[in-house]
Amino acid sequence: MSFLDYSPAPESTSILKLQKQYGLFIDGKFQGSRGKSFATISPATEKTITKVVEATSADVDKAVKAARVAYDKVWSRMPGSERAKYLFRIARIIQERSRELAVAETLDNGKPIKETRDFDIPTAAAWFFYYAGWADKLEFATGGATPQSHGVIGQVIPWNFPLMMLAWKVAPALAAGNTVVLKPAETTPLTALLFAEICQEADLPSGVVNIITGAGKTGQALVEHRGIDKVAFTGSTRVGRQIAKSLAGRSTALTLELGGKGANIVFDDAPIDEAIEGIVSGIFFNQGHVCCAGSRLLVQENVHDEVLSKLTRRIETLRLGDPLDKNTDIGAINSKRQLDTITEIANSGEVEGASRWSSSCDIPSKGFWFPPTVFTGVQASHRIAQEEIFGPVLSVLTFRTPAEAIEKANNTPYGLSAGVWTEKASRMLSVVDKLQAGVVWANTFNKFDPTSPFGGYQESGYGREGGVAGLLAYLKTPIRTGGRK
Amino acid sequence: MSERVAVKKTYKLYIGGKFPRSESGYTMPVVSGSGEHLAHVAQASRKDARDAIVAARGAHAGWAGATAYNRGQVLYRIAEMLEGRREQFVEEIRQGESVSARVANQQVDHAIDAWVWYAGWSDKHAQVVGGANPVAGPFFNLSVPEPSGVVVAFAPQEQKGQSLLGLVQTIAPIIVTGNAVVVLSHPSQPLPAMSFAEVLHTSDVPGGVVNILTGERASIAPWVASHSDVNALDLMGAGELDWASLEEAAAETLKRVYTPVKGVPAVSLERISAFTEVKTIWHTKALG
Repeated sequence: MSFLDYSPAPESTSILKLQKQYGLFIDGKFQGSRGKSFATISPATEKTITKVVEATSADVDKAVKAARVAYDKVWSRMPGSERAKYLFRIARIIQERSRELAVAETLDNGKPIKETRDFDIPTAAAWFFYYAGWADKLEFATGGATPQSHGVIGQVIPWNFPLMMLAWKVAPALAAGNTVVLKPAETTPLTALLFAEICQEADLPSGVVNIITGAGKTGQALVEHRGIDKVAFTGSTRVGRQIAKSLAGRSTALTLELGGKGANIVFDDAPIDEAIEGIVSGIFFNQGHVCCAGSRLLVQENVHDEVLSKLTRRIETLRLGDPLDKNTDIGAINSKRQLDTITEIANSGEVEGASRWSSSCDIPSKGFWFPPTVFTGVQASHRIAQEEIFGPVLSVLTFRTPAEAIEKANNTPYGLSAGVWTEKASRMLSVVDKLQAGVVWANTFNKFDPTSPFGGYQESGYGREGGVAGLLAYLKTPIRTGGRK
Repeated sequence: MSERVAVKKTYKLYIGGKFPRSESGYTMPVVSGSGEHLAHVAQASRKDARDAIVAARGAHAGWAGATAYNRGQVLYRIAEMLEGRREQFVEEIRQGESVSARVANQQVDHAIDAWVWYAGWSDKHAQVVGGANPVAGPFFNLSVPEPSGVVVAFAPQEQKGQSLLGLVQTIAPIIVTGNAVVVLSHPSQPLPAMSFAEVLHTSDVPGGVVNILTGERASIAPWVASHSDVNALDLMGAGELDWASLEEAAAETLKRVYTPVKGVPAVSLERISAFTEVKTIWHTKALG
């Protein structure tokens, strides 16, 4: 046992009291469906956790109707101060059940318990707490225009941060006075179903939140449903593009939070040790299943060798394995399908001529795993420099001047995130100005907060989540006029 | 003694700060309300539209990088130039829209005032829609709006009382934050659009920031809607076109789309924000 080996310290799953089969949460109750049931598995063990149902278009219809009735009869008529109290209640219950939610999320998603426990679940609670306070202050966010909710919102979320993405969608929607029908990702429905129980415990009026499980087909039926006033989607650029096309010509509002190929720029005057930690969290946090991951490392040529040698040394210390173990840094890849995608694109990196290095960590025999991997000698035209891999794969490119760094960073149709590492504040601010990215982290990476707007430029989507901008995304755009009448 | 023969203007396009003819060699006749021939305007082609988008892209970084104070002064300068040439616009509006001098004068007044209103927003928009975010950690955190980039805009279709004003209400909110724009003027009223290009040309607006095309629009619209180097599509004035198909084509590269409205807003903060992106900056705070 070397100094880096730790005894196993698994978090117990005894805190979970799961049903054998979950229905759909519609109109405040779990309901049966004619849809076929399917298992949700743990990607670390491939064992079935529980069964859920694939909602049919009839179920979608029922959920949208329940949301409409709740909007018309209850939620849109309730004073904001009362809506606020329900959201505060939900925030508190998430905090109270946080360990249970963390275990469920880690089991279902495969991400390390230290992340669900210290990041996903606390952030979800914080999101409800923040937006709860907005519910009775909407007119201060609209700059004087009468705030008007959309009505029924259809929301489709991804599998990378299941409960947190739910919170990012549901909290501002409800605060603004809308009701929602939400579909969690096919592979990670568990915490959304536990959230349905939380809505019951909070005594949230029936139909305000409806949760329907299923795969892409269910999601498509939801976003194209004529009873939906606004669609909010987080996921791939490919699906986002399809949704934008299907809603063209319709009055349905749309916000999209899509893919990215974030550049993490390291200048030669950067605090290198901190930058190493930032590079690691930028791409290996959540196994790289992060739309805003710093998946392209742009390092100034004269510090390339120093950064790479420190970086690979640091990556060798990352512990890959049982996500429920409190010492695990890298958990399981969420699904076989995602593992295949990562494997295929990573292989293209070698074929196209980049050099591959992977951590020598042991790979468990069961489950879906991919070792932390770094490609050097990457050209801007390589697939691994252009395509979103959504896995623990870092592509390293070099630059000589700030202008070249900016040009390379912006050489992508995406525009979600970027990182800048330098001790020179004037250079940092000037670079930030020129980056086509909705979120820029300077001397840090992958930080999120409910007060802070998040979202992309260009093909990373439109609309913001978090902050005032995230609230306005759930209010109708006011045509504000001023000056002459 | 015979009456003096007036010297009539040749109307061309406005691309990259220059006034080229259409590369197609095609023109479109323009007649007054009473059917009298007024002029020929250029029929912009697909190639002209692409050239205009290239010019807009080239101008965008410099314009977005100018100080807000500078952009505000340039917009105010447009108001000054328009005021100085009001007689020309009154005359063109009277001819084109068959309205009285009083009504034409009112439209010019409103157009000038709209420039003044928008000019003032250049250094205030970020203060109203951006700001500091009190995150739960030792970080400086700031959100600011930035221009989306290159916008292609369809000037409104309403003729009466709109031929100059509609154009101003299209362009001003787009460029005030630093976007560059390609405007497809409405085919029913191209003359004030091209005269307005002359105002822009003498108002310190850098070449390429505003590009104006004339002619029938339906044939080039799908090409600009699907163009990969366009960031946003302003369909406010595209109501009479098959705008749903244009919106669908724009979705291929996830352009921001501003859909047609009933009644162009006189002035609108919402239209300014529609062509901006919120950028959020995080920076660590530490004593050591």
